[in-house]
Amino acid sequence: MKVIVPVKRVPDTAGDKVIDADTKTMDRDAGETVLCPVNEFAIEEAVKLKEATGAEVTVLLIGPDGAQSTIRKALSYGLDGAIQVTDDAISGSDALGTARVIAAALADVEFDVVIFGNQSTDARTSLVPAAVAELLDLPSLTYARFMEIDGDAITVHREHEEGWDVVESTLPAVVSVVEAINEPRYPNFKGIMAAKSKPLDVKSLADLGVDAAAVGAGDAAATMYAFEPRPPKAAGTIVTDDGSGSAADDLADWMEEQKFI
Amino acid sequence: MSCLLVLIDHAEGTPRKVSLQMLTAARRLAAETGDSVAAAWFGEDADDAMEALGAGGVETLYWWDDPDADAYVTLPKVEALEAVLDTADVSAILFASSNHTKDVAARLAIRRDGGVITDVTDLAVEDGTIVATKEVFGGATITQSKVADGKLALFGVSPNAFPVEEGDGGEPEVVDLDVELSESATAARVTDVEKEASADRPDIGEAAIVVAGGRGLGSEDGFELMEELADVLGAGVGASRAATDAGWYPHRYQIGQTGRTISPMLYIGSGISGAIQHRAGMQTSQNIVAINKDAEAPIFQIADFGIVGDLYDVVPALVEELRARTD
Ligand SMILES: Cc1cc2nc3c(=O)[nH]c(=O)nc-3n(C[C@H](O)[C@H](O)[C@H](O)COP(=O)(O)OP(=O)(O)OC[C@H]3O[C@@H](n4cnc5c(N)ncnc54)[C@H](O)[C@@H]3O)c2cc1C
Ligand SMILES: Nc1ncnc2c1ncn2[C@@H]1O[C@H](COP(=O)(O)O)[C@@H](O)[C@H]1O
Repeated sequence: MKVIVPVKRVPDTAGDKVIDADTKTMDRDAGETVLCPVNEFAIEEAVKLKEATGAEVTVLLIGPDGAQSTIRKALSYGLDGAIQVTDDAISGSDALGTARVIAAALADVEFDVVIFGNQSTDARTSLVPAAVAELLDLPSLTYARFMEIDGDAITVHREHEEGWDVVESTLPAVVSVVEAINEPRYPNFKGIMAAKSKPLDVKSLADLGVDAAAVGAGDAAATMYAFEPRPPKAAGTIVTDDGSGSAADDLADWMEEQKFI
Repeated sequence: MSCLLVLIDHAEGTPRKVSLQMLTAARRLAAETGDSVAAAWFGEDADDAMEALGAGGVETLYWWDDPDADAYVTLPKVEALEAVLDTADVSAILFASSNHTKDVAARLAIRRDGGVITDVTDLAVEDGTIVATKEVFGGATITQSKVADGKLALFGVSPNAFPVEEGDGGEPEVVDLDVELSESATAARVTDVEKEASADRPDIGEAAIVVAGGRGLGSEDGFELMEELADVLGAGVGASRAATDAGWYPHRYQIGQTGRTISPMLYIGSGISGAIQHRAGMQTSQNIVAINKDAEAPIFQIADFGIVGDLYDVVPALVEELRARTD
């Protein structure tokens, strides 16, 4: 079985995030960057498939040279190799543009299942997995809190607000996973050392036959054109309870004032 | 005449609150763009909702009255929307920015050369173009975006971004859609639907009040106290990741960066420290109440009302006090 895990480099949530005032895109070199934490759940599912069936797992990242440390991090979980698509023309793509590049990269490789994170922690659009599935004319089994592959059949439990749907299809398929699906392991020393020498195939848009004019900021279907920081919030009322629960009365007063009761 | 199309999200015949809120948005936009307001309903049981849709300003309802809408994943709704696009002159589509519906928008945008903006908290018309407000970085930055000219504009609207306002429209004109599903559309079949109890509590995405519990509850039992508080207030119950990770409450109630984003009128967090990843999912709540025994907990920095104290002293007293006042 062949598995692809598309991964993204994102700013560390706890660090500073900077929007470049000229390009109106996130300045990804400004702060600490990490492998998107949601992708760790996708990697864990892939590693489980590797252990169960000997699956070959390839990481796919669309992003600049600076993102190679993210690729090595992903490989350190014991994955087999990576494809990176890097091209100045990609900069400023919206989610659908990114999806077009991912789909173009996948058109050239054999795979049975693509495992995405359900969202990236920075853009948080959740659009990429379904858009890639559409471009490849495959089922999109997204928001999986459980997945199982048996021969060429796949079953996922697709999370929603009230529970989940049990969904079945045949492979190949596109899956996205939510963090409830597993508990990712940590990479071990052997994996970290081995990651340095795993094959990395770097491609440009021209290699993929993608017209540079069709992606990137110039052709983004959705663009952000203005931004400002949220106005600071006035300090609230803080009371200390004396251990009797009497502060609850103050809160109830406040709730009454605010017309919540 | 061109129309603004609202994709109605409904639960077995009852439109979700976000659908009625989107109708408010559509009416406001239409007043400036000169469009009419239309809606799309996929699945059975629209009959009982006609009045509410009419009152919401829907002039034309495109109805695909077919159980296949939910029997397969995503694509039936995409293809039904394509049927609307083939019939009507649609200038923009508003959809609920919920997980499953974002997939519908993504696949439709690829098929019909669209642009999608998700998690929209406001919509306005500037120089004849619809512009969307969206909060990023966990609510720290507010942005304006638009879809490029000539593309089909798709806006995913967050719950509670708009009020529900009743107009005085009559019943909508119903246009029955005839949808022939492609082979791709039936490739992923829904074989079972698991719903868990709590259906009598509002969904945290839509609830006016959300009561949330964290690691400070100490155990799964603490959520009974949270539910008790929620039920006095008619609130939904949410959790921090520490609580969902511990298995005290299901993941789909997790609030935060890797859980749900909520913006209720009132959020009440107990035993939650207010880590940045949690704040990313609740910072935009209109009012924030925090109950935490550590006066230094970061949640107090964004609280409108905070109680430094043991939640097991404060919350039971609060429940009792609220019961007494609301009786
Ligand atoms: C990639 C990533 C994604 C994440 N996504 C999310 C997310 O979506 N949502 C989320 O919530 N977190 C998320 N987190 C985790 C986040 O960083 C915090 O670890 C988590 O929010 C902490 O949960 P908590 O506040 O319940 O627990 P803690 O931080 O342990 O806080 C517990 C609080 O309870 C208080 N307390 C204890 N006992 C009592 C008592 N008896 N009475 C009153 N107060 C008491 C303590 O003072 C403390 O402040 C994420 C982390 C990462 C790395
Ligand atoms: N630049 C990228 N390279 C590879 N995969 C990506 C990229 N951007 C997004 N993804 C994948 O798409 C998922 C959803 O991201 P998003 O649609 O941005 O919320 C992520 O979890 C990744 O698996």
